[in-house]
Amino acid sequence: MLKIYVFSTLFAAYSFYTVLIYLTGTKETAPTNISFDSKAQEGKKIYQQYNCASCHQLYGLGGYLGPELTTDYSNPERGPLLMRAFLENGGQRMPNFHFSKEQIDCIMSYLRYVDATAVSYKNPYRNGY
Amino acid sequence: MLPDFLKESFSFQRSRPLHVYLVLSWIFTGAQGGLYYYLPRVAGKKIAWPTGAWMHFYLQLVISVLIMAQLFMGKFGGREYLEFPPIYGVLVLLSWVPLVINFFATLKPRYQEAPVYIWSWSTGLLFFYITYAESYLWLIDYFNGNIVRDTTVQWKALGSMVGSWNMLIYGTAMYIMEKISGNQKPNRSALAFSFYFLGMANLMFNWGHHTYIVPAAPWVKTISYFISMTELFILGNIIWQWKKTIQKAQLHYHLLSYRLLSYADFWIFLNLILAIIISVPAANYYTHGTHITVAHAMGTTMGINTMLLLASIFYIAKIGESSPHKRSEKWAGVLLLIFNIALLFFWIALLGAGFQKISNRANQVVFAEMMNQSAPYFKLFTISGVFIFGALLGVLIIAIRSLAKTKKQISAS
Repeated sequence: MLKIYVFSTLFAAYSFYTVLIYLTGTKETAPTNISFDSKAQEGKKIYQQYNCASCHQLYGLGGYLGPELTTDYSNPERGPLLMRAFLENGGQRMPNFHFSKEQIDCIMSYLRYVDATAVSYKNPYRNGY
Repeated sequence: MLPDFLKESFSFQRSRPLHVYLVLSWIFTGAQGGLYYYLPRVAGKKIAWPTGAWMHFYLQLVISVLIMAQLFMGKFGGREYLEFPPIYGVLVLLSWVPLVINFFATLKPRYQEAPVYIWSWSTGLLFFYITYAESYLWLIDYFNGNIVRDTTVQWKALGSMVGSWNMLIYGTAMYIMEKISGNQKPNRSALAFSFYFLGMANLMFNWGHHTYIVPAAPWVKTISYFISMTELFILGNIIWQWKKTIQKAQLHYHLLSYRLLSYADFWIFLNLILAIIISVPAANYYTHGTHITVAHAMGTTMGINTMLLLASIFYIAKIGESSPHKRSEKWAGVLLLIFNIALLFFWIALLGAGFQKISNRANQVVFAEMMNQSAPYFKLFTISGVFIFGALLGVLIIAIRSLAKTKKQISAS
């Protein structure tokens, strides 16, 4: 009987924890002036449709063939101009996807939004880690 | 390395999801196939719904072919691991239903007295459904519209999903161990259940060490950190039992399936150390997003999961128990040794590339230069990968031929 109690307790804890994470543990972190607007939403769709995650990471999720993009937007070494150039022409390893100007704008809006949320990414130790 | 005409049709954007899907398929299908073989033997009666088992087989085959076709055509869902369009996710979930029905209808498990491997299999099936469904929460706006929540869903669901298939595979390993040793006690002991529950807690909570740099609430990370550190108990137990493990391995070395279990032990040891290190926030800060994480994933899928699944296949093929397989056994042993040595180099190459990236990041080297400086590690990675491919191909040919021979012998008798 003890085994069943332990299992049930762990499972109940897991269920409670899951609800708690999704309700209070993962609140929006982007500043109020940058939102997940319709353009950014479209950008996310394009990012997924073209499977950008096969080469690029966002918050560590994705491949390693290209650079991580989480904070590229605000990175002074890279920034929006360089990102736009890659999206327009491709690169040594990155194919030219022949994106339209509207598509590029949407992807840029999405990556700008991601960058704005990455508070702890830019300084993880500030968050206690 | 690809010729120009293949670069578009077989670009990394398409080949990577294909590779990931095929790896996951190998792990799932290997675990499922083992279960269909072991269920009637554990229950001591025929499988409850044989037609369902065949339905499962054909359904899974058709869905896999469709998924591969979608990926080749460049139709993506664009999510890590499950990169195919979401509709196929529903089909995958449905295809597992006959297995679940067969599992419970054949075993009718009475959990109070059931051995630990039945708990492990049941947990694997339950959590596969929970985590697979959870990984599609992004289809709901509440999750999709918040990057922090969306990223957490992915790390949480996928991290626990890995735990769910580990439960299926570890259950099989524990069953085989019992059959080889002929000793039923260990799988009913308090120690076995303690480690099972520890594994279950890690399945449920330790995924969070991947999210230290995701701006979720700090308590999510704290809980994950403490749970991850409980893996020290598992590591401690491995070291404590080391001598005993070596003695047992020597005793059963002639059995290929036991040798494979021993190789898996070695990889568990290495990957556990790596997992514990990358679970420490200060280390994770540097290792996150480098090939060190890939080394952990490859060590787990190839070093642990593949070894255990091959042990299951060779156990079913009864290699080492009858004379017609003796030559095959010798060759398989040599190939497995080559596989493990190559895998060690493969693993070291990934660690090397990871450390190179850490150093380059610290020195603010640009990405293209970072890749150039990592080239020697990628070369070692490729060469060892070729050896892994060759050795594994040989092992699989032997395994399939031995399975066919064993089937003939059973039919003849």
